[in-house]
Amino acid sequence: MKFDDEPVPGYSLPVLPGHVSPGRLERVLRAGRFAVTTEIDPPDSADPAEVLRRAAIFDGYVDAINATDGSGANCHMSSVGVCSLLTRVGYATILQMSCRDRNRIAMQGEILGAAAMGACNLLCLTGDGVQAGDHPHARPVFDLDSPSLLEMARRMRDESCFESGRPIDSPPRMFLGAAANPFVPPRASRAQRLAKKVAAGARFIQTQYCFDVAVLRDFMAEVGDLGLLEGPDRVHVLVGMGPLPSARSARWVRDNVPGIYIPDAVIRRLEGASNQREEGARLCRDILQEVREIEGVSGAHIMAYRQETTVAHIIEETGVLEGRVPWYPGRDNPTELNPESPEAAGELPAAASS
Amino acid sequence: MYRVRRWVVRHARAFELLYAGFEVMLQRSAPLLKRIGYARLEAPMARLERLIKGLLFDCQMCGHCVLSSTGMSCPMNCPKRLRNGPCGGVREDGGCEVKPEMRCVWLDAWEGSRRMKHGDRIHVVQLPLDASLEGTSSWLRVARGEHDAKAGGRR
Repeated sequence: MKFDDEPVPGYSLPVLPGHVSPGRLERVLRAGRFAVTTEIDPPDSADPAEVLRRAAIFDGYVDAINATDGSGANCHMSSVGVCSLLTRVGYATILQMSCRDRNRIAMQGEILGAAAMGACNLLCLTGDGVQAGDHPHARPVFDLDSPSLLEMARRMRDESCFESGRPIDSPPRMFLGAAANPFVPPRASRAQRLAKKVAAGARFIQTQYCFDVAVLRDFMAEVGDLGLLEGPDRVHVLVGMGPLPSARSARWVRDNVPGIYIPDAVIRRLEGASNQREEGARLCRDILQEVREIEGVSGAHIMAYRQETTVAHIIEETGVLEGRVPWYPGRDNPTELNPESPEAAGELPAAASS
Repeated sequence: MYRVRRWVVRHARAFELLYAGFEVMLQRSAPLLKRIGYARLEAPMARLERLIKGLLFDCQMCGHCVLSSTGMSCPMNCPKRLRNGPCGGVREDGGCEVKPEMRCVWLDAWEGSRRMKHGDRIHVVQLPLDASLEGTSSWLRVARGEHDAKAGGRR
């Protein structure tokens, strides 16, 4: 999707009427196009080139890149750091912010800092418990939770004030989002939980990994019945998914990663395949094909931990972008290349052209 | 006590009525409480509250009681102290992500709220908690008319 008002990378787009952020993701979603997002795993490193290298893998295939915030309660480069590096060369980022590690003073400061650095999307998360990660003895903070963080960010943006009520001179213009996990108990109230997040300001949702499309279909019907998928204030649901590398790792994930539901049928399908890695990618493609047909689904969030290169294949083979080439540094102007991309190194021709 | 608090949730409707009556009583006794002096009452009342609510709900004395909005299941027993619903880590058997042996307090909260007359209060977004209220009496705050069901205890 090319906009007439494409700016110099690192600068914001104009905020369109009825929009809240100067970002691409909001434009794509509100235009009703099927959006694709992914995430990069922030490095265990202080090397900026590593971040840019990881982002370049998705050039031409995704509308925005999530920067995770200490995912799984493991320590990595901060999400604000990652977003700042990415926005400098023009990438659209989704800043993940978890309530686990910071209180409201730190979080509001980070929201302002990130918005100043050009991050236009904020994903408000509760966060995994500290027991899940590499620092189980850390003190969990949880000063806020996801809905109260959303409400605070919404107020910062719409009412130009901190949680204390003190005014903000120039508010953070961010498109707010949250996570949803329809695949775990209490399934009966998951749509209501989402409604609460929408009431608090969420306009996009990225779900946990979907391996059971039937559950998702019911969930989307419930969300639709609550009236959340209509009108200018509708919520845009991006369904989470990703390729499983093998039946063994699927079992491990199911038993060890909180919140990921993998039905037995999926594990059996992987076990029965001669090439499990390929079958995992095929399964992800099948899920994506089914999910895009569900009423009210606005896009996909593809998480491919250590299989990042598969994302491009999945997107290409399913044709979900319908010929659209999402912006990436150098798409329209070769002088704007991501310095760490293969194209910049002269290794490969452009992955996709506009 | 874990068993007692699960029992309370199973009888959320009765406790809702009990609490509603108790709230009226607290508000009616406000002139008397004021004459005795709220400052003088704060410490003994907080101790009494900790004892009674501790026994019934495993109360953590956050100072801003929202039990009637959470199916009579105290959200402060959630290891993440979530006041707006369950996280995405609830186990298949309903166990807590952090403490697998404990049932998710929000599963109880949802069930309790379905038994209550005003159970729909569970849909109201709870604002950030005022940490300075921790350890103080929320009953006296009800008597003083300072208890807002939503605003995180802040006036």
